[in-house]
Amino acid sequence: MQSVGSAMASAPASQRWSTRWHTLAATALPFVVVGALWEIVAHLAIFPARLFPPLETIASAFLRLTVSGVLPHHAADTVLRLVSGFALAAIVGVAIGIVMGRWRLAEDLALPLVSMGAPIPGIAYAPLFLLWFGLGNVSSILLVGFVSAFPIIFNTWTGVKAVKEVWVRAALAMGADDRRLFHKVILPGALPHILTGLRLGLAQAWRILIGVEMLAAVPWGLGWMIFGAREFLNTDVMLAGVVVIGAIGLALEKGVFKRLEDFTVVRWGMMT
Amino acid sequence: MSALADRRRPLRRHLTSLLLAAVVYEGLARSGAFAPALLPSLASIAGALFDGLLDGTLPVHALSTLYRVLLGLALAIGIALPLGILMGRYRPIEGFFLPLASALMPIPSLAWVPLFLLWFGLGNATAIGIVCYAAVFPMLLNAWSGVRAVNPLWLRVANAMGAGERTLFWKVIVPGSFPFLLAGLRQAFLRAWIAVVGAEMLAASDWGLGWIIFDAKEFLKADVMLAALAVIGLIGFAFERLVFGALERLTVERWGMLRAGKG
Repeated sequence: MQSVGSAMASAPASQRWSTRWHTLAATALPFVVVGALWEIVAHLAIFPARLFPPLETIASAFLRLTVSGVLPHHAADTVLRLVSGFALAAIVGVAIGIVMGRWRLAEDLALPLVSMGAPIPGIAYAPLFLLWFGLGNVSSILLVGFVSAFPIIFNTWTGVKAVKEVWVRAALAMGADDRRLFHKVILPGALPHILTGLRLGLAQAWRILIGVEMLAAVPWGLGWMIFGAREFLNTDVMLAGVVVIGAIGLALEKGVFKRLEDFTVVRWGMMT
Repeated sequence: MSALADRRRPLRRHLTSLLLAAVVYEGLARSGAFAPALLPSLASIAGALFDGLLDGTLPVHALSTLYRVLLGLALAIGIALPLGILMGRYRPIEGFFLPLASALMPIPSLAWVPLFLLWFGLGNATAIGIVCYAAVFPMLLNAWSGVRAVNPLWLRVANAMGAGERTLFWKVIVPGSFPFLLAGLRQAFLRAWIAVVGAEMLAASDWGLGWIIFDAKEFLKADVMLAALAVIGLIGFAFERLVFGALERLTVERWGMLRAGKG
């Protein structure tokens, strides 16, 4: 990998340009092939066009919904719900995880409960939450928070336990008080694990949220949009919605956490 | 302190914690602060569980859920395992399928439910399709990276000793990537388990644990819901611990690969 990098750096600009163009073409090729196959099947009319629309219909549905502002509104509400649920889970989950990692009694009390709740698929709680908190935003945000809290708690707990005892003792010997110990040793030491937990939690929150939006009858949201489109056989709207869902998912995965990691643990030399 | 007592101590603490949680829950349920239909006592949850077991509906629900999960999982393995191994071995195949997989992977499986409902109708086919979609990607990525992670030295040694392509595959590549394949299977099952419950709720198919929970909401039967939740958790736990644990002990642990991998 490194030799490729240095070779590229020393190559003349035109050659570098062609290499980059080549990678781009190689990445685009499979999509072009699949797109062409889709078009052929759609235009051969093997399936009814309402159920299997050609790409241009999907693109025009996407354009129509974007211009009219419907799609952005749905997407914004979904992202808002995700962010609020996830923020709740991050705050509560990290706090519980740290308390569990530092105090034996809290660990003994909470660990069995957490390990019992974790393997139950989050979506299974959805009807219960709907019953308890009613249809709509409150239960969907709470459920998303509840589901994504589990990996955050687990990883924070592991991270705090994994902080080297020598570091803690060294800091104490140098006269660090509890607050300094926490800020300067335990939190940075556990951060790689905490970030892993947050990443897993966000991925889980995203997978659950789309399902919850279909069940919870929220007024806006991508999950609701594609579920509602089924009633009118609007397959093109559904597929446009799925594309947006995929794009948001990809952005969450690649954009948010990679940056955060580069900014903290990678910069501190704890992870490469 | 003997080793046995040392091992028993966490167990006792776990039981204390669960007991404490049960007492707190029971106290809340019986305090009358919440409607008993919404927050049933543990006794009525146990009663609902018992009734379901006795009249045979709960086992049938559980079996139809298991049938969907296992069929979808088998389908996913049938697609992902060969494709993942081919991707790990041959560059052009990797170049073609990897971008597609990375584009499809961030789409949650439940997002496909409405579309699959239109294409395959209500019922089993939709649920199995969703399960298959959810399980395919963890399996594919793990098979791919497992094959690529096989120590190249082993391949060269086997080649030097005159192993053919077929021997190389069965004796080196498959065992060498087995820890990854098992990890993929585990993740695939977890995803499939989530997907099947969601799909059963949305694709209303009359039978299945997800469907009971959804159906019980209409009749405000929180006890039935919680009983079904317990069964879902128990089956997931059993698979994770018993099935995959045993599989791991029988293969990679016996071959001494887990320790080698960790060391």
